[in-house]
Amino acid sequence: MSWVVWGLVILLAILHHDVWFWDNRTLVFGFLPIGLFYHAVFSIACAIVWAMAVKFAWPSHLEEWADEIVPTSDSGTAE
Amino acid sequence: MTIAQAAANVSLIPIYVIGVYLALLLLLGVFSARLFRGTSADYFVASRSIGPFLLLMSVFGTTMTAFALVGSTGKAFESGIGVYGLMASSSGLVHSLVFFFIGIKLWAIGKRYNYVTQIQFFRARFESNALGYLLFPILVGLVIPYLLIGLLGAGATVAAISRGMFPDIFEGGSIPGWLTGLVICSVVLFYIFFGGLRSAAWANAFQTIVFMITGVIAFTLISQALGGVTEASSQTLANAPDLLAREGMIGHAQFLTYMLVPLSVGMFPHLFQHWLTAKSAKTFRLTVIAHPLFIMIVWVPCILIGVWAMGEGITAPRGNVNAVLGATVGRLLHDPFMTGLLTAGILAAIMSSLDSQFVCLGSMFTNDIVIHATGRDRFTDRQIIMMGRMFIVFVVAITFVFSLFPPPKIFNLAVWCFSGFASLFPIVFAALYWKRVTKTGAIASILAMTVVWFVLFYQDVINPSAERIAEGGDYLVWGMMPVAITFAVSSLTLVVVSLITKPPSESTIEKFFDLKAG
Repeated sequence: MSWVVWGLVILLAILHHDVWFWDNRTLVFGFLPIGLFYHAVFSIACAIVWAMAVKFAWPSHLEEWADEIVPTSDSGTAE
Repeated sequence: MTIAQAAANVSLIPIYVIGVYLALLLLLGVFSARLFRGTSADYFVASRSIGPFLLLMSVFGTTMTAFALVGSTGKAFESGIGVYGLMASSSGLVHSLVFFFIGIKLWAIGKRYNYVTQIQFFRARFESNALGYLLFPILVGLVIPYLLIGLLGAGATVAAISRGMFPDIFEGGSIPGWLTGLVICSVVLFYIFFGGLRSAAWANAFQTIVFMITGVIAFTLISQALGGVTEASSQTLANAPDLLAREGMIGHAQFLTYMLVPLSVGMFPHLFQHWLTAKSAKTFRLTVIAHPLFIMIVWVPCILIGVWAMGEGITAPRGNVNAVLGATVGRLLHDPFMTGLLTAGILAAIMSSLDSQFVCLGSMFTNDIVIHATGRDRFTDRQIIMMGRMFIVFVVAITFVFSLFPPPKIFNLAVWCFSGFASLFPIVFAALYWKRVTKTGAIASILAMTVVWFVLFYQDVINPSAERIAEGGDYLVWGMMPVAITFAVSSLTLVVVSLITKPPSESTIEKFFDLKAG
């Protein structure tokens, strides 16, 4: 499933460059220029894809690894 | 009419509204200081205890500067609706991508090895003290103009709305920029001095709510004043149709290469420090998902206000497009309370970035220079906190003094700062995902990027040609944003030099790449 998520992220990166609406001045709902409407929907699509990434591709191993006690010689300086 | 007579007609309500807002911030500072646990870990990274909501609000507030309100409106006024795709929707994708791939991993590494600053991580990952000393002035040098832009922006905003209010006290009757800068610095210093990054996180949450609500209120009232959203857009379609599309406004290569600019969040030292405050990796989930939506909530109304203002025939005061939002509110609303609220919103956006940057620079001076050079054991925890506070006072004072003598074209520096940070992104990415990257590769990459960045910066800002001055707008190289060049140079140098130099030790590889527990 995580491959599907990363595929969608790449697809979003491609869809961001919307040459098809470059010179289109149509007003969606009578007030929203279609180029702006498209990118607002794009923002919502980003949130959905990131929600999928959180659900299906979450790096859960990192949390456990971060919580392990390690020798203090490897520590930073302020703690 | 004399100045005194004019002053009698000018309402002081906007100043009262701003005063109440700043007083609320001071109160919040007192509250958050009570939560301070008295340790250096709490002062610098809030004891790694910040939950999902506070992390979302503080990360969003830190990444969104005044540009999100006034700059977006001004840029849309000038270049049309394409500005949203150029700067906002791209950030919704790229910022969350960086939070997911860079932020969470750096949080885990930072927690495991107790890092507080970016440079501590890079020094350990690249087994090099020199890299830290090289990176330090570059990061500080890129953050300081960013701080100055905030202070000068605050000064310009307050001066504009207070014109004629105080004819007996100040020249022209408006509050001078130095006084606004002094007040802003003092308020921010007050709440971060006692509580460090924990206070900054609380203040950011409050300020983010304020500037988001302010933007939505301004949008609603302005659209009503224009006869509704349909009427407002129809006016723009009739009078300034070019602004409703991108043809002739934004080039394809410019649009494409601008996607690299949001990568800057991967190298912002102040954002790195916010990431480390997270209670757990799960804390990032809300930030990753909601960040694109928050950007949309703030930017879409501001972009529409910008194009509507042009359609309505509003002009930019003295040619300054950053003043379009204020001018639109002034012309359409005639409401001093609303003017005060909007200004408070702009100041909120500015201060929610300033506080984190001040704490971050103080932390870097303390941890990356003094403690690194002298040794952690020489100081008690209380002494480290005190040192951190002193450095923050020092950084605030220096920034304030710099703001009194602003370099010319300071506002052109914003995109250059972002481009510089974005061009350092390959280093953090390689540090986390490429075992073969070497310290020599990283140092060569930083140096090569810095030289190319400076050459392009010189041509655009320091010594622009007459042709360049006449054309204005974004500086482009072969139609692309300069970041495309600096990013390519940085990446190429990093890869080539790493491949021909000695790889890092096995222990370092194990330390940063064997991320399975047990």
